[in-house]
Amino acid sequence: MSIASANGVVKIILILLNAILCNNVLLVQFQGICPFMGVSRKVETATGMGLAVTFVMALAALVTWLVQHFILDPLGFGYLQTLAFILVIASLVQFVEMFLQKSSPTLYQSLGVYLPLITTNCAVLGVTIININSGYGLGTAIVNAVGTALGFTLAIVLLAGIRERMELGNTPKHLRGFSISLITAGLMAIAFLGFTGLITK
Amino acid sequence: MNVMDIVLPGLILGAMGLVFGLVLAFASKRFSVQKDERVERVREVLPGANCGACGYAGCDAFAEAVVKGEASVNGCTVGKAPVAKKVAEIMGKEANEGDDKIAFVRCHGALGDVKAKSAYSGLANCQAASDVNGGNLACRFACLGLGDCERACPFDAIHVKNGLAVVDRGKCTGCGACVAACPRSVIDMIPAKGYIAVACRNTDPGKAVRAVCSRGCIDCKICEKKCQYDAIHVPAGLATVSYDKCVGCGACVEGCPTKVIVDFGGKAEAVPAGA
Repeated sequence: MSIASANGVVKIILILLNAILCNNVLLVQFQGICPFMGVSRKVETATGMGLAVTFVMALAALVTWLVQHFILDPLGFGYLQTLAFILVIASLVQFVEMFLQKSSPTLYQSLGVYLPLITTNCAVLGVTIININSGYGLGTAIVNAVGTALGFTLAIVLLAGIRERMELGNTPKHLRGFSISLITAGLMAIAFLGFTGLITK
Repeated sequence: MNVMDIVLPGLILGAMGLVFGLVLAFASKRFSVQKDERVERVREVLPGANCGACGYAGCDAFAEAVVKGEASVNGCTVGKAPVAKKVAEIMGKEANEGDDKIAFVRCHGALGDVKAKSAYSGLANCQAASDVNGGNLACRFACLGLGDCERACPFDAIHVKNGLAVVDRGKCTGCGACVAACPRSVIDMIPAKGYIAVACRNTDPGKAVRAVCSRGCIDCKICEKKCQYDAIHVPAGLATVSYDKCVGCGACVEGCPTKVIVDFGGKAEAVPAGA
């Protein structure tokens, strides 16, 4: 393996680790908190949501990168980024939903409920904009998106596991439900703070 | 201020929107899924309680199964005959009538009737109580009366009164949610048209039953002797009704010394013997 490609592999691993742990989309960047609270009641549904997000994020990163570099930049309309990306993501989610319903009914049954939720998920928009702002190439952008989505899955499944156990505990009445979940999420965020500085650029 | 600065972005976004819209329109045609319209129609006549008594995940799943031919047209236990008839109409099949079921609590041991073997002050649900040394009552078959069935019932049709679960026969739809919820299996599904039922499950010998409860079946076989229709027998320490033979004359109900046989009041005119 040449030094250049070895460097490439190391770079990809670093981007993945950075997106999953150091800059976790939920616990460090605080994007996509809505599904983090809403769909983290059971590990099973949390995993489903994580898979759906991974799927959509990777596709969205691909399409938005192409839109930015082949439509917006050449025409000098970079400021339309937010609008254009939302348009792309919303259409993409719709398209994916239709495609899944036809091609894989089983996958559609398990992901179907969560797909529409992702349309307005700011984490998806966030990762596409970060990709552009960081000046990533197409491949790197997709790797970053997949890493971010894996970080999302990790955080939401961890929280779901904790919440499942908390259901059994004797939580004070006024703290039950979202209150204790938000406190838990806060503590998890503090724990994830420990990953800061793991990767130095 | 150039007018084109406003028009051009609008055009670009409009063009993108148009392209995505066309792709979506194409996709909705290309990937459209053919749905059997009968599913929708069957779903409309179902009660929509999503109770799961049919064994499917809900009314939608049951409707799909009926149309696929996996479930029978009278599979909806809650909707009973009227729903089965409508479903059968849509499917073009005959519905079998007359096998509606209704929940019945096979215990008469209210507070004081059945002896306690210990005090219980733990979690107020039957599952927890029955996990502690088989419950706090001396009879191992008795209703614990802590209301797991009451909480499970989607139709407000079963209530604990005086330490004993009682079914409201007017409200019970026969969904079987209480049967599944009861950790003691005290609740049974019996034919809704049955005239009588034995409110005890204790199969122990009569003496042992008497020792723990004043309202149990003590295997005296008086009901068996009183019955002219060969409809009630005491095969294994417990009176058992044959619903296909019982005519509801009520002889066994009157004869029972512990009053463990319940008469539902739908008494048929007693046919004189030999008539």
